[in-house]
Amino acid sequence: MSAVQSVTPFETVRTPDPASRPTKIHTANVKVTYGQKQALHGVSIDIAEKAVTAFIGPSGCGKSTFLRCINRMNDSIAGARVEGTIKLDDQNIYDPDLDVVELRARVGMVFQKPNPFPKSIFDNVAYGPRIHGLARSKADLEEIVVTSLQKASLFNEVKDRLAEPGTGLSGGQQQRLCIARAIAVSPEVILMDEPCSALDPIATAKVEELIDELRANFTIVIVTHSMQQAARVSQRTAFFHLGHLIEEGPTDHVFTNPLEQRTQDYITGRFG
Amino acid sequence: MEHTVSAYDDDLKSIARMVTEIGGLAERAVGDAVQALTRLDIDLAQRVILGDKELDRLQREIEDKAILVIARRQPMASDLREIVGAMRIANDIERVGDLAKNIAKRVVAINGVFPHKQLITGVEHLCEIALQQLKKVLDAYASQDDQAANAVRQRDDEIDALYTSLFRELLTYMMEDPRNLTFCIHLLFCAKNIERIGDHATNIAESVHYVVTGRSYEDERPKADASIASTIAGS
Repeated sequence: MSAVQSVTPFETVRTPDPASRPTKIHTANVKVTYGQKQALHGVSIDIAEKAVTAFIGPSGCGKSTFLRCINRMNDSIAGARVEGTIKLDDQNIYDPDLDVVELRARVGMVFQKPNPFPKSIFDNVAYGPRIHGLARSKADLEEIVVTSLQKASLFNEVKDRLAEPGTGLSGGQQQRLCIARAIAVSPEVILMDEPCSALDPIATAKVEELIDELRANFTIVIVTHSMQQAARVSQRTAFFHLGHLIEEGPTDHVFTNPLEQRTQDYITGRFG
Repeated sequence: MEHTVSAYDDDLKSIARMVTEIGGLAERAVGDAVQALTRLDIDLAQRVILGDKELDRLQREIEDKAILVIARRQPMASDLREIVGAMRIANDIERVGDLAKNIAKRVVAINGVFPHKQLITGVEHLCEIALQQLKKVLDAYASQDDQAANAVRQRDDEIDALYTSLFRELLTYMMEDPRNLTFCIHLLFCAKNIERIGDHATNIAESVHYVVTGRSYEDERPKADASIASTIAGS
């Protein structure tokens, strides 16, 4: 095991997609260091458009770090340094001229714990469109809120209590509210960092169903500790280990016949 | 490498052990059935018929256990292939047991008719190869040896060819003397059953290939059963 880990010029094992999809996010040789500690050692991956890509790997493998590079969330961490290329539709997102607020409207994020604002359900969803000036009138805003809640499969459950606080919803509903909030600003990409780990199985199933519907319109990248979840919701899977991207390929392939021994060991529960 | 949860390893090992066990039983059943045929040993034939129950029971047990492991552990990758492979192989072996039982039943039916020694020799030879195939493929399963499994798959045409020639030979005997009809037809069915055992050995070889490599064979498997063609030609 340790002999394999110490190999440095590192070659990711890649299996191309049978149905080739256009690339939405191109990344090359992404390295991240937190102070002295290197968290990512040169990761290169192309994320397909309008598909779900799952990042899997043991804790501390760098998958969340890499996810946070995609909307520059690492900027807010003191001592974090990001190198390499990350392009969203050919635009370098680390370009100093780029407006980070605008980037984060294009690349939305949903976190592990549902974190609705201490505001009404309506205002939670309306917040983004308001600050980005996406609605020209009150009716416009209402429409955005309703369609976002519908797209997040939440509208029917909350339509009679839009003025009530978002924090009063159940955990699963709160998470779908956060997804509605993310899609209200019409992002192109949605990043999800373990979006179901705090939810019960039924709420998880609803969010998974939602992810499957959302991929018709959005590019989704999801980090998950549940391999069954990755197998269920994603079209492509990338396996990270110790800051390297070990293997990436079509999900069906990775979970039935992975090419790399470490991928095999991890997904079959033989690690460490 | 072992699983982090060691009970998972125990589950997989016990499934593999049961498959080996049912494989051994089937091998013996086929050997006994053919021996009962060559010696017209009714007692041995009866034992083969009764013994088939144990094969059926084991096959169900393997299936139950496999389903339980799938439900409990959500196996992935090589583990998943191993479990699916074990279920498929156990099914094939259970069918082999049925075929042995069918041969044994015919021995009981033939009861008392004196066989042509020469004809029996052909069936014996066919059985010898089928048994070798079965043994080799079960060894290939036990040692997860893809090459050995492939060798079994490549050799099935030998059984097919032998069956075809036996078919022609039996046809000749039947035409020569109608008194041979009953015995020859029984023998023909026995030969067909043995030929099918060879097919199941091939299926098992294909399952072993899937378990080991995660891929299925893309080419058609070799076939040399020309008995269908010779019927048409002869009519």
